[in-house]
Amino acid sequence: MAGPDPKAPALREYFPAIPALQPGAMAGAKSYVANDKIQESLGFPGQLAESWQDTHDAVIAKMGDLLGKQRAFKVYMDACVHCGACTDKCHYFIGTNDPKNMPVARQDLMRSVYRRYFTLPGKLFPKLVGARDLTSEVLDEWYTYYNQCSECRRCSVFCPYGIDTAEITMAGREMLDSVGYGQKYSNEIIAKVHKIGNNLGLPGPALTNTLEGLEEDVKEDTGIDVRYPLDVQGAEVLFVTPSADFFAEPHIESLIGYGKVFHAAGISWTLSTKASEAGNFGMFIGNYDQLRKIALRVREAALELGVKRIVVGECGHAWRVAYSFWNTLTGIGAGADDPFAIQLQSQLDHRYKQPMHICELTWDLIGQGAISFDKEANDHRIITFHDSCNVARGSRMGDSPGGQFEIPRNIIRAVANHYVEMAPGTTHEQTFCCGGGGGLLTDDLLDLRIKGALPRMETLQQVVDSHGVNFMATICAICKAQFTKVVPYYGFKMSMIGGVHQLVSTAIRLGDK
Amino acid sequence: MANIEVGGKSYETDEEGYLVDLASWNEDVGKYIAGIENVEMSDQHWEVINFLRDYYNEFQIAPAVRVLTKAIGKKLGADKGNSQYLYELFPYGPAKQACKIAGLPKPTGCV
Repeated sequence: MAGPDPKAPALREYFPAIPALQPGAMAGAKSYVANDKIQESLGFPGQLAESWQDTHDAVIAKMGDLLGKQRAFKVYMDACVHCGACTDKCHYFIGTNDPKNMPVARQDLMRSVYRRYFTLPGKLFPKLVGARDLTSEVLDEWYTYYNQCSECRRCSVFCPYGIDTAEITMAGREMLDSVGYGQKYSNEIIAKVHKIGNNLGLPGPALTNTLEGLEEDVKEDTGIDVRYPLDVQGAEVLFVTPSADFFAEPHIESLIGYGKVFHAAGISWTLSTKASEAGNFGMFIGNYDQLRKIALRVREAALELGVKRIVVGECGHAWRVAYSFWNTLTGIGAGADDPFAIQLQSQLDHRYKQPMHICELTWDLIGQGAISFDKEANDHRIITFHDSCNVARGSRMGDSPGGQFEIPRNIIRAVANHYVEMAPGTTHEQTFCCGGGGGLLTDDLLDLRIKGALPRMETLQQVVDSHGVNFMATICAICKAQFTKVVPYYGFKMSMIGGVHQLVSTAIRLGDK
Repeated sequence: MANIEVGGKSYETDEEGYLVDLASWNEDVGKYIAGIENVEMSDQHWEVINFLRDYYNEFQIAPAVRVLTKAIGKKLGADKGNSQYLYELFPYGPAKQACKIAGLPKPTGCV
């Protein structure tokens, strides 16, 4: 990589501590802008208009449009009382000390413009109420700092009004996209989903080749013919997982585990070339049309294959989209009422949750005694669990509140003997982001990603020191990729990062044993 | 967009240094990009690069890390068939850095 090697900040001796401010510390960390080809393939303008006035008017018009359509966004623009509860809750602020990475300051980048154009005091006395004109410098500032928010929603847990910065970041990115100022990383990926079928750009033949290779590997390891089926008509379960599971380490270890669970339980399942991506970056850029278009690929695959159930793999934001939005977007779960959604509703087996998380499926099977484990196989691991933000704060699992916290932990305890919690206040709904979520998992933001991981690295260090933890499990492809990249900067081995179903894979009994 | 000059010829790269036209790649371009990445190319490096390019020609995507490690292990012996060996060759990560040197597009997504 060009430029000086990024370095990890020192772990703090006492925390939480409010960092000493360094104004402008991250002003130069600007993610690459999408080129016109990428932008236009998503239906956005290729680049900013030649005249600033045109861009200015278009942004304000878009803001008006969003304020009219999204009540939450309007309330968030009005409700903040600057109490300060959120200020030190953001991992990017903690890691960078840049005051514009305080959630309230990030919101105010937009709120100040909102006041100027949409409130009477702001129109009449802008200076008195902190209102400011939209200038090209302000727009650049939006681009920089709305691409330094991972939409993890931790700050909203501490806000007495429940203001969700993620919604403001999403609105900001939507306004930027609408005037031709999109981010390369996210938008290039969305274009690939439409063109090839997944974020990675993995075509069907490569997928087949990879899955056949996995079957050979598992046979070699276990002596058992575990199948990783693709596009099987009439399978019971359509399994939708992030495409990183087919490609990256350690992700693929969990994919191996999913297949073993289906095998051991005797459930017929299939992956799909069309729905070879659970991730949905349409949410990250706050664009409803993209969110829906990407989600519809899953519905199309489900209808074509005639499956009875839809199960989602280890992917944080995919589970938020699946759990919270698939119903009205696609008819997976009740809500949508177009003919295809109604067809899908009648096709799916409603004795099961639709959609279902792979952790729910595995935990149910454990409860029924349908699968069993040699827990000792994981005895070389001392395990902790990192809650992924979109699962923790954007969704749920199981039948009771907090299921999204308990079910993955229950699975770990069922398959391994050594489990340790990280510090309270940094797990469950107060979990820290890995530092790479929300469309920021890109090499051009590596410095931000390393710094944003600081609070999680501090709590990981504690359990490493106190309990000898050597494995941090997660159920999110972004967390896995982000941590394996950044933990070496903090002196940890990348092999200590892995998935919950990687642990399942190690211990599950297959065949007649 | 940027350009690199190799052997008096100009090659277009994207912001991150990946070659735009992968058909224009040759070994000299590979060596040049490796130089920018502070990777000194040895026969072992070329084994990986050539495998990546062959796989890409067949499948239009770089191989999964696991596929790569398996292939290298078969060819060079089991002690080389692991990601640690690949990280020693390509410290920034075998998927991204080796692809860049091989003139292939960057793997995107949650990787």
